[in-house]
Amino acid sequence: MATDAPPDGGQSLAARVRARFEGPNTIGNSNGFWVGFLVAVAALVAFPLVGNAEQFSLFLVLSLLGLSLSVVWGYTGVLSFGQVVFFGLGGYTFAVVSINVSTPGGITAAVLAGVVGGGIGAAVLGYFMFYGGVRDVYVTIITLVATMVLHTFMAQTAGSEWTIGEAALGGFNGMPDIPLLKLGVGAASFQFMYNAIPVWVPGFGTVELDPFYYLALVLLVGTYLGLRALVNSDYGRAMVAVREDEDRTRMFGYNVKRIKLVVFILGGALAGLSGVLYAARNVFIDPTVFTLLFATLPVIWVSVGGRKSLLGAIIATIAIEYIRVTLGGELALVMLGALLLGTILFLPNGIVPWVHKQIRQNRPAPADAEGPETPDPTEASES
Amino acid sequence: MSESETEPESRPLGPNVRQTAAEMATGDRTDTLLQTDGLVKRFGGFTATDDVDFGVAEGELRCLIGPNGAGKSTLLKLVTGTYEASEGHIYYDGHDITDLEPHERVQRGISMKFQVPSVYGDLSVRENARLPIQRFADGAERRERVDRAIEAAGLTGYEHVDASALSHGQQQQLEIGMAASLEPDLLLLDEPVAGLDVAEREAIAERVTRLNEEEGIAFVVIEHDTDFVASIADEVTVLHNGEIFLEGPIDEVKADPAVQRIYLGEEE
Repeated sequence: MATDAPPDGGQSLAARVRARFEGPNTIGNSNGFWVGFLVAVAALVAFPLVGNAEQFSLFLVLSLLGLSLSVVWGYTGVLSFGQVVFFGLGGYTFAVVSINVSTPGGITAAVLAGVVGGGIGAAVLGYFMFYGGVRDVYVTIITLVATMVLHTFMAQTAGSEWTIGEAALGGFNGMPDIPLLKLGVGAASFQFMYNAIPVWVPGFGTVELDPFYYLALVLLVGTYLGLRALVNSDYGRAMVAVREDEDRTRMFGYNVKRIKLVVFILGGALAGLSGVLYAARNVFIDPTVFTLLFATLPVIWVSVGGRKSLLGAIIATIAIEYIRVTLGGELALVMLGALLLGTILFLPNGIVPWVHKQIRQNRPAPADAEGPETPDPTEASES
Repeated sequence: MSESETEPESRPLGPNVRQTAAEMATGDRTDTLLQTDGLVKRFGGFTATDDVDFGVAEGELRCLIGPNGAGKSTLLKLVTGTYEASEGHIYYDGHDITDLEPHERVQRGISMKFQVPSVYGDLSVRENARLPIQRFADGAERRERVDRAIEAAGLTGYEHVDASALSHGQQQQLEIGMAASLEPDLLLLDEPVAGLDVAEREAIAERVTRLNEEEGIAFVVIEHDTDFVASIADEVTVLHNGEIFLEGPIDEVKADPAVQRIYLGEEE
C-alpha cells in the first residue's frame, strides 16, 4: 500500500502498523477506540462461557454478509440488492463440492470454491452492469431481479435431473447432505462442527467450547481489520471518491468502471464466504437464501448501522438478528420495518456514526488537534 | 478497426478550425493540441452541439462564451469523454481520442474542473489534494506535490481543515489546484468564478494566467463574465444554439451587435 507518509522518524513498528488501519474513512482512530475494540473482542471470546454460542455464531456469519454490502454500497456507492445472490452461490457451491468430495481436503477445497464462486458470480454480473454503462438505481434493480431469478430457478431443481455428481440440488427441499465442516488435509485436519472441545476455565471449571464459533469470530475480526486497511489505503480513498462523484473521479484519471467491478467482486467473494459458513453451520441450504426478505436484510442492517461504517454494519447485523430471532414471526417484520423507517427519517447516516459524532462532540479537544506541524503518519486526520 | 481509426475525411479549413482532421492524421501543423471535427451531440431530439469544429493550440488560453443552453458545457464534456459524441471526431495531440474512456483522456493530458465545486467535504484539504496525486506519485515525491498543490491554491495553513469548511472561493481554488496537479497539457474550466467576489475573481484570474504562462498549460475557460474573460484571454469563441457563432479578440466580440443580441435573447 502506497502512502505519502513521511519517512520513519523514530515511529515504533506498532504505530506504523496501526496507521494502516486508521484514516478518515473509518470510525475509531483513537487509543480509546482500540482499547474498546480489544475489550469487545475479548468479550466475544469469552461469550460462549455465558451465552448461546451456537446461536451467536449465526450472527457472526451474517456479519460478513453485512460487511460485504457495506464495502460495496457504503464505500463505493453501488447499492446492491443482490449480495444474497453471491451468498447463495457460495453456499450452494460449497454444498455441491463438499458432497462430491467429502474428504477433509475436499471440504477445504469446497470452502475455497464457495468463496471463488461468489466472486465469479459478482464478476460476471458486475462486468455486464458496469462496463455496460448501468448506474445508480438500475444496478439496484438488476441485482434485485438477479435474486428473484435465482430464487425461481433454485426452487424448481427438485427433480433428479438437477443432480451434480452426488449432490442433488433438491428444489425447495434444499440440500441436507452437506458434510460436517473440516479444514485441512488428511490427518492434518480439524472438524469445526459438532466437535465441542472441553477446556478448563478458571471460575467456570471444564466447559465445552464450539470451535465453529471461534472460526467465525476469527474470520470476522480478520475481515474487519482487512477492510479497515483497504478503505484507508490509496485504493480505498479512490473507492470513496467514486461513491462521492464518479465523473469527478474519472477526471483524476481513475478507471471508475474497474474500481466498481473490483469492489463488487470483493463484495461477492465476502458474501460467498458468509454463504459457505452459513451452509456449513446449518449443514443445510435451500432457496430461502434467495427470497426477497433475506435479500432485504443486508440493506436494513447496513442502513441502520451506518452504511459508511464497517463497525456499524457488524453491530447492526448482530443486534438486529438477535432481536429478529428473539421476537420471531410477524412482530419481527414489523420491528424491522419500523427500524428502517425510523433510521431513514431521523438518522439517515445510521446509528453508529451518530453515536460516534455525539462522543466526539462531547470529548474535550486535544490541544494540538489540528496542528499542521503534527501530521498523522498516513497524512490522514480523524473523521 | 473502429470507425474513428479510419482515414478522416478532408474538411475545408474554416475560421474555427486550427487543423483539419487530415492534417492531424499526417502530423502537419503540430502546434494544435485539440481539434474537434464535426462534433455533434444529441440528447433525444435536442441537438446540444451541432457540427462543431473547435481548435486549441498548445499553450493557448481560449475562453468559450455564449448564452445559457449554447452547448458550452456539453462541448467540454464531449472533450473529456463524460458525454459520448453522436457524430464527429476529437483529436488530441495528433491522435483520435473519440473512442477513449474519460480516464484514458486524463492520462493523456486533459483535465477538467466542473462547474459546481464538489470537493470531498468530509476529507481535509490535504486529503483532497492527495487524491489525484496518489495515482501516479508515491512517498516523498507525493508529499512534495501535495505541498505544492496546496501552496499554489493559497491554502497553506488549511491543510487539516475539512474541505466543507472552506469558502466557495477557496473550494474553487482547491478544485483548480487538484486539476492542475495532474500536470495536464489542456485544462478545461467550467465557470470557475461563478458566485465569487471581486477579490476572489482576481485571484483565480491570476492563478489561471500564471499556470498558462509559467507552466504552459493550455486552457479552455467557460465564463459569462466578459470582464473576467478580458482579464485572462485574448481570443474568444462564441457558441450559440450548439454552433460556433463567432471567434475573435474579446473586444471585437463584445462589440459585435449580433453577439449582443444573442446575449439579450433578441436573435431568432
